[in-house]
Amino acid sequence: MKVGHWNANGTDRVFVARSAKGLKRRRAAKLLTGQTLGYIVVIGGALAFTLPFMWMVSTSLKSDQQLIREDFVSLLPNPIVWSNYYDAVFGQIPFPRYFLNSIIITVVPVAANVIMSSLVAFSFARLNWPGRDFWFMLMLSTMMLPQLVTMIPKFILFVKLGWINTYLPFLVQAFFIPGGPVWVFLLRQYYMTLPVELDEAAIVDGAGILSIYWLIILPLSKAALVAVAIFSFESHWGDFMNAILYLRTDELYPLTLGLYYFRTEDAIQWQLLMAATMLLVIPSLALFFFAQRWFVQGIVMTGLKG
Amino acid sequence: MQARAKRNPPTGSWRRKEAVYGYLLASPWILGFIIFTLGPLIFSLYTGFTDYRLSDFTWVGLENYTSLFRDDPLFGKAVYNTVYYAFFAVSLGIILALSIALLLNMPLRGMSIFRTMFYLPRVTPLVAASLLWLYLMSGGALSNLLRALHLPTTNWLASPAWSKPALILMSLWGVGGSAIIFLAALQGVPSQLYEAAEIDGASIVQRFLKITIPMISPTIFFTVIVGIIGALQTFTEPLVMTDGGPIDSTMFYVVYLYKTGFRFLEMGYASAMAWVLFMAILILTLLIFRSSDFWVYYEGRRQTNNR
Repeated sequence: MKVGHWNANGTDRVFVARSAKGLKRRRAAKLLTGQTLGYIVVIGGALAFTLPFMWMVSTSLKSDQQLIREDFVSLLPNPIVWSNYYDAVFGQIPFPRYFLNSIIITVVPVAANVIMSSLVAFSFARLNWPGRDFWFMLMLSTMMLPQLVTMIPKFILFVKLGWINTYLPFLVQAFFIPGGPVWVFLLRQYYMTLPVELDEAAIVDGAGILSIYWLIILPLSKAALVAVAIFSFESHWGDFMNAILYLRTDELYPLTLGLYYFRTEDAIQWQLLMAATMLLVIPSLALFFFAQRWFVQGIVMTGLKG
Repeated sequence: MQARAKRNPPTGSWRRKEAVYGYLLASPWILGFIIFTLGPLIFSLYTGFTDYRLSDFTWVGLENYTSLFRDDPLFGKAVYNTVYYAFFAVSLGIILALSIALLLNMPLRGMSIFRTMFYLPRVTPLVAASLLWLYLMSGGALSNLLRALHLPTTNWLASPAWSKPALILMSLWGVGGSAIIFLAALQGVPSQLYEAAEIDGASIVQRFLKITIPMISPTIFFTVIVGIIGALQTFTEPLVMTDGGPIDSTMFYVVYLYKTGFRFLEMGYASAMAWVLFMAILILTLLIFRSSDFWVYYEGRRQTNNR
């Protein structure tokens, strides 16, 4: 596989004086086999990584009898049982309610995260204030801090405040960007690339600090803001740990928690569990395909996986 | 980091305004840090020296710590499980991610599609991924696949010997994120280096070991650190898939901490556990940073022995 890569890099170099034609032909043949081999390995690997998804989709469409009969092997549901989705969603477990809850504790925090981290990043990137570098280094160092050290005291705090079994821990914390260092860092790096002359020109024209942020920085950094919004969405939509710590009653569960308790029921009906799991997966995948460009950009920019 | 805008502040009043706005706009993070990080951090240190079960704090000194290390066999088991998992998940994960990145770096058409396919597992919420792998492993799909390929198989999640390898296997499914980071690093290696080496008659293996690896070593270093910190805190997968079983074989550190603190409500003891993990991660990170002088190559710092 590496062969293909480096051969291709070297094709235009001819070092040895030989019949140029024969050399070209030989190189072309070598390149072709390299490419073919490369494709085989890449396609094989990519299929292996997508196979579990295909299994999930196919299982979610299978009948009970097929699952028992065939030991779960085939990728083809026969017959295709669309009603599994209906049964999973409108069955005994209130998945529509969970879905709505997930949306509530995702949308508000994502908006709060994006707004707040862009303000903080603006302050770190474009304003000069005493102590700024100290706070910035401190913020970077908190990325290394394991979240669970603060898990128990935060829980006790929320107990004392009477916030357990409400959405307040999710909604209020989001304004203080708990997962923020990475996002603030990403936005700050992006803001730093914008020319300072823009700010200066605006100051000459009599603009205040907030207008520089609002009229110059924000419109120029849509791509970075979208990247942050996506990362933030992924972390809130898939959040399990906070949900299991802070939420106690069924009506408040988000999808992640609902699915977790669904799976601990006695007789697992795999086809229904997989159909319900799709409810959690589809929004994430849809967003990914929709915004893939920014996603990959953001990963490369921070070197982090969200 | 220091490279900052060198502008001439128009007036002193502007500078004052900047300072006020600077703090004001950064205050969400600063306040959040004090309320939700620093405060809890100090408080959990205190809680670790008490016996606290959501009623009164009873000072017990170092008792939580001594009983962790002396009288708690499950603690030792949790440490062993976690280290076992982290070691294999991180090392195999980096090898696999690098291999995928090399594949994706080939100059072939349609690579963006394959890149997406490798990355997809990362986009799947962890609970969904855990349920999916729970199905694949205990529903029998994986075993049947292996049997069809004439490979040995086992009842993965029901066997104490195979439950950890099963979780490691699942973690490898998610290396697409690291692979993309490695891919970006590979594409940053100047092609002149390879061309010069080729003229000198270096083989593919030599070029890989002497050029590729040193040039991307900062990325490897970063991935190792982030990977270890993450792996040591693995929680969702074992809780959803095995609930720590069978026979505590997937009782990872954070799972044990969670059960101690929130199922048995021994919050003082759990706080002590949290601090032990915090210190372990801190020391480990420092050690890896120290070791980086020997194996990480930074472009800006050219030393003859490093080339």
